[in-house]
Order: sequence, then C-alpha cells, then structure tokens
Amino acid sequence: MDLYLPIANLSVNALLIVGLGGIVGLLSGMFGVGGGFLTTPLLIFYGIPPMVAAASAASQVTGSSISGVYSHLSRDTVDLRMGGVMVAGGLVGTLLGAAIFSVLQRIGQIDTVIALLYVLMLGSIGLMMAQESIGALVAMKRGQPAPARRRRHHPLVAALPMRWRFYASGLYISPLAPFILGIVSGILTMLLGIGGGFVLVPAMLYILGMQTQVVIGTSLFQILFVTMATTMVHSLTTKAVDLVLAFLLLLGSVTGAQIGTRLSMKVRPEYLRVVLAFIVLVVAIRMALGLGWRPDEIYTLDIL
Amino acid sequence: MRVAARLFLALLAVGLLGATAPQPKLVPDVSQREVEIRYSFTGAQLLLFGAILYPGGKVPADPADIIVVLRGPSQQLVMREKRQVAGIWLNANSAEFRSAPSFYAVASSRPIRDMVDERTAAIYELGLDKLQLSPSSLNDGVEIDRFSRGLTDLRIRNGLFVERPGSVRITDGVLYQATLPLSARVVVGTYTAETFLVRDGRVLAAAVREIEVRKSGFERLMGVFADRQPVLYGLTAVAMALSLGLLAGYLAQRI
Repeated sequence: MDLYLPIANLSVNALLIVGLGGIVGLLSGMFGVGGGFLTTPLLIFYGIPPMVAAASAASQVTGSSISGVYSHLSRDTVDLRMGGVMVAGGLVGTLLGAAIFSVLQRIGQIDTVIALLYVLMLGSIGLMMAQESIGALVAMKRGQPAPARRRRHHPLVAALPMRWRFYASGLYISPLAPFILGIVSGILTMLLGIGGGFVLVPAMLYILGMQTQVVIGTSLFQILFVTMATTMVHSLTTKAVDLVLAFLLLLGSVTGAQIGTRLSMKVRPEYLRVVLAFIVLVVAIRMALGLGWRPDEIYTLDIL
Repeated sequence: MRVAARLFLALLAVGLLGATAPQPKLVPDVSQREVEIRYSFTGAQLLLFGAILYPGGKVPADPADIIVVLRGPSQQLVMREKRQVAGIWLNANSAEFRSAPSFYAVASSRPIRDMVDERTAAIYELGLDKLQLSPSSLNDGVEIDRFSRGLTDLRIRNGLFVERPGSVRITDGVLYQATLPLSARVVVGTYTAETFLVRDGRVLAAAVREIEVRKSGFERLMGVFADRQPVLYGLTAVAMALSLGLLAGYLAQRI
C-alpha cells in the first residue's frame, strides 16, 4: 500500500513503515529505551531524507514514552526536581542542536556527523553494556550475586559549584551536572532523532550516581519533554516533520511498545540486556562500515 | 524566462525559414494539463500527442521527425561530492548550479544525434548531454564536467531525467504520440511540454504546452499547514504522539 508523504515528497510503502515502527516499539517496550536509535538509520536506509527522518522520529519517541512516564508517575518513581532540571537543560540543548544542525547543513557535513555520532555513541555504549551484562550473566550462572556497585557520583560532579538536594535520587549535588546532561541529550535528540535514553541512563547511574529506582522514570520524563520540544523546534526551523510519516511510525510503535512491555516481564532482565547490547553493537558496526565503504552515491544534491 | 527565450529562438528560426517556403505546423496536446499529487501518487504517465499539419495537406515522401521534451521547473542546487578522507567517506568538494531543471524527459522518433548536429541540439537543449545546467561556482572545467555528469547520472537513477530515443510513434507521417513517465519524486510547479518538428537537421516547427503539477487535497493542505502555521503544526504532531501513546497504553490495560 503506497502512501505519499507530503513533507518528505515521496511515496512509501505504508505497511512497511508501520511494521518498522512496530519492531522499534517492540524493542523499546522490551528494553525500556526510546528506540529512536533504530528508527532514524532504518528510515535513512529506506530512502527518507535524513532531516525528515530525524525530525519525524522524535515524535515517535514521544508516543512510545508517554505511557511509561504515566505509569512511573503513578508509582512515584520519578525524581521531579531532577527531571525538571534536566528538562531545562534539554530545552537549551534542542536550541543549540538546531543551531549546530543548520551550520552543518550549510557546510554539507550533516550526514557524516550524524553517522559518526551514531558510531561513537552506540559503539561505546554497546561495549559498556555488553561487558556489564555478560559479567552479570556469568555471575548468575555461577550462582553468585553480581558484585554490588558502590553508588557514588563521579569526582567531576563534586567539583561543580552550588549544591541542591535531590531527595528522590538520594543526592546532594550541583544542579549544573544534570543540567549539562540535559543539554547533551537535547543536542543529540535534535541531531539524531533519538530520545537520548541511551546516554541518559548510564550517565545518571554512573556519573550522577542516582538511586536506581528513579533512573528509568526520570530519564523517560526528561525524554518525553525533550522530544516534544524537538518536534516543535523542527516544525519551526527545518519544517521537516512529516505528520503522515510520524503517524505511521506511531501506529506501529505504540502497539509494539505494549507488546514489548508484556514480553519483557517473561524474560530475565540479564538476557534482555545482552540482546540489547548485541543489537546496539550491530547497528554501530553497520553504521561504521557505511562510513568506510564506498557509498552507492558519490554525489548528493541540495536545493538552495 | 529560459523557456520563453528558447521558444523565441525557435519561433525566430521558424519565422526566418517560413519566409522562404510554407512550413508545416504543429498542433500538440497532452493527456493531462494538470497532474495532481495525492496520497496514492506513485508517479504518472503523460501522453504527449498531436498532429503535423503540412501546407496543402500533402505529406512529403520523407516525413519529418518529432522530438518531445517535458521539462520541470528549474532549481538552484548545490552538489556535493564524497571522497575518502582518513578512511571515511565524506563530502569534500562541491559545485553550485544556478538553474538546473528539476525534471527533464525527452522522447524522439529516432536517436537525436541522427537527426540534428551538435550545435542545433545544444541550442534547443535536446538530449541529456546538451542540458544547460548553468554551474555558478568557481570550479575548473574538468570539475564542472565531472559534477554535471554526476548530476545527470543521479537524476537518471531517480527517474527525474529520462531519455527515450525512438519512442515517438508517427502514424501516416501526420499523427504523433509519445509517453513520458513522471516520477513520484517530481517537485510541484509549472512543467512545459515542448514539441519539435525536425527535418534535414533543422527544426522546422516548435510548440509548447504547459502542465501544472501540484499537490491537491490533504497533501496540499499538509504542505501549506507546515509552512504557514509551524507552531500549530508542531503542536498537532506532539498532540498526535501523546494521544496515540496514551490510547495504546489505555487499551493495553483493558485487554
């Protein structure tokens, strides 16, 4: 079933896009990540212009994170104060991201930067996750509990001026640390169309040293607001949000997310993390190869 | 502008020739004066047809040839070329084109180079290798050639540049018809369908019809909405995402 995308200016197979959204949603429900890291590259492989792909993928992340935020809020596992600071940073980040986006676009390096960022980010996080989850698996097989990680924030965080109390996170740190984290995730969301949960969750755990129970809820909370802001900024600046594309993606992903959530309750989280690490590494390797391979198209055209 | 200029040239040529002997006339038409891009638009086939009116109705023994050209609005483009730098393929070099056609399709009753010489083909821009892409940046000639070839090649593979030699059918030397494909990736705007009557290496007559390609209905509305009401458009996208997400969550709890 072919459907014409009014902003992307081309027709796509609607069922394929819904299916793609569904798979991404399934993964995001199972692993508790936004899934934007898969949507944008897959849409680009399909032939959607990178800008439209990144802009429309952000609203998909909004859709798949809202019900998560809702349930975390009702279980009181969101540090609203921490989340608020990070959202503020995220808003600054989306505006910065928009400026970076337009500069890179003018000099024609946006595609390379997007691909490089994906490789660096997914590669390093994938390796970290693989190492950690395989260690946990080995410990589980031996029947020993994994060595408990000492929870404390990074020494750099302690060096920042000003300190606030974040009760729900069990922290007394400078608000600048989560603010900066928010900025980084805002920039990444704007450039890559990802929610930034990939960067946020490990950073909140290992850099800020937040209490584990509130990490997922708070990161989802931040992602929700930042992706909404990103959609708005894209609508105002690049005008690359395609409502039809976003609708198709959402249709698949919100359904997939619900199925994924149910599946995740039946599988041990240790296995889930190994699988997720594997998927992340595969995408990173594929993107890295794409950078080194001779591309199909040596030439690209931009309309001035 | 350029269409008008070329047409003027063509008419001038025809006029000059016409002073010596009565010349045949072209009566062209197209199957659609308007192409509407709707939700299911996957491209279109345009039928360009018409009649050749010879003076006195006498069809000569060696009938003339027909070339039809369908041309889309011009675009200002920047073309970037990837090169391997430190193991990574990235955009290294670029060239600008001031007015390259966004779409160009040509069909002819015989291969064009068998009908007209290089100069005539260049004047009327007959054939993909004769297109004037008007490069405007300060690249040297070799680079411009390379970029022009790259541009043409890219557009051919996207179905935006089409060459169909020998596909114009002429019936009884009088009626001609050709089909040209309009790709789903075409831009909106005014397209021109030009028909040229060629004999003995000269263009005897030329005629132009305009075709309007536009988005209609929902697709047009979306484009206008995104462009004129960006705030409302963004809010709609956000609201859609939130409500679909919440609806799915709500339904999942019920099941």
